[in-house]
Amino acid sequence: MSTTPKIELRDVYKSFGRKKVLDGVNLTVTPGESLVIIGGSGSGKSVLIKNILGLIRPNKGSIFFDGKDITHDSFRKRAPMLRKCGMLFQGGALFDSLPVWRNIAFVALQGRNGLNTEEARALAVEKLAAVGMPPEVADLMPAELSGGMQKRVSLARAIARNPEVIFFDEPTTGLDPIMADVINELIVSCVKKLGSTAITITHDMSSVRKIASRVAMIYQGKIIWDGPVSAIDDSGNPYVDQFVHGRADGPITQGLKG
Amino acid sequence: MTEMVQHNILARIGRVFLLFLESIGRLSLFIGNAIASGVRPPYYPRQIGRMMIEIGYYSLPVIGLTAIFTGAVLALQSYSGFSRFSAESSIPIVVVLSITRELGPVLAGLMVAGRIGAAFAAEIGTMRVTEQIDALVTLSTNPFQYLIFPRLVAGTLMLPCLVLVADIIGVFGGYMVSTHSLGFAAGPYLNNTWNYLETKDVVSGLIKAAVFGFIVTLMGCYHGYYSKGGAQGVGAATTNAVVSASILILLSNYFLTELFFSV
Repeated sequence: MSTTPKIELRDVYKSFGRKKVLDGVNLTVTPGESLVIIGGSGSGKSVLIKNILGLIRPNKGSIFFDGKDITHDSFRKRAPMLRKCGMLFQGGALFDSLPVWRNIAFVALQGRNGLNTEEARALAVEKLAAVGMPPEVADLMPAELSGGMQKRVSLARAIARNPEVIFFDEPTTGLDPIMADVINELIVSCVKKLGSTAITITHDMSSVRKIASRVAMIYQGKIIWDGPVSAIDDSGNPYVDQFVHGRADGPITQGLKG
Repeated sequence: MTEMVQHNILARIGRVFLLFLESIGRLSLFIGNAIASGVRPPYYPRQIGRMMIEIGYYSLPVIGLTAIFTGAVLALQSYSGFSRFSAESSIPIVVVLSITRELGPVLAGLMVAGRIGAAFAAEIGTMRVTEQIDALVTLSTNPFQYLIFPRLVAGTLMLPCLVLVADIIGVFGGYMVSTHSLGFAAGPYLNNTWNYLETKDVVSGLIKAAVFGFIVTLMGCYHGYYSKGGAQGVGAATTNAVVSASILILLSNYFLTELFFSV
């Protein structure tokens, strides 16, 4: 390994009360790759990326970004790292008090050397075009958009700063198959255009095949398998097999039995 | 064995006490964090302005109605009481002192707790459960700077303004009833009101108002920020915000009064 990993997790533990969610996670993400983390509901996927972003603090272990330990950084020390990241939330998480264009240009509008209203609008329209939406959408409020449109606007917001790393939290959940495919293609094209590193969590296998270059599977708080996307069909791992083929019988019983 | 522990009254008291200490600690950290990050740049004047309009301007009808009827009732009640020993001439001063010192700040505080405390808890709570607060963080914006601090500042600044308006309208309510149905002459009534009023009466009420404004917005933000579990959690946060703000207003009102007026 000659290059510094973009993100590295070393032995990360996190529990909520008595419930262990992450039980010693080790994970390395190299620059420019598209890593997809798969796993069942409640397997700790969301908690994992929230730990990287600092939305949740781990109980134990360390997290590195560009080779720098950021595990215990305060918000202020973390800000430069966050500036290089974008995140697409599962529900979109658009600010519903602001119109679409203010959502997309949210960061650009802040601060002393922020853009003025015209420039910010232009930026928003440009980013809307990048996700295949017409400029008229800019003036709508998030509540006036359908679920799929909200996701697209949210994607436009996530890429507005040309981030080095983009996180996708279940990007296709709750969308119809066609819209899901549209989102998948947008993710692939945005990541390629920006040359970003992408970390996606999902349980949608068609999404995995479309956007992943590498796949990691999380089960009971541990990464149990990690390999290129081409290897998921013959991983030789019964857990991965069961998940990839969506079978009810197999070694994974977590959450299936009352 | 576990059952014994479950029913052990000491363990229960201990648990409640620990929970209480935990929330005190969390609240203190919340206040400290809000102020420490709020005084640092970046600042969000647009947010402060929006919140000042929300709290100050849009609360005016509620505050005005509360004040005018309180003043009117005060005049009626003190008339029926004071006329028993021919002390009707004290009515103007009773009305103005009650309004400026106590009823103005406390009633305005309680009304704003219902309006603003609930609105803030619901708004911030919904932002929490729909991950909008997490989204703020990923957009490298500190939620304490962007959401919490502007609201605390706006509440602390606007409630005194509201109370000043409430004082004037409340006295006017008493004046209307006194001159129209209790047979007072307008000039002497206003003279009496004005001559016996001291600066301290009004100023103490305004200081109380600032404290109440801080309490109301703090409770709204705090309960909203830590709400969880979807719609039900936001509902609980809203209730807790209004109830705790109201109780804290009445509690702190006693101590502030003692501070200002005990000799």
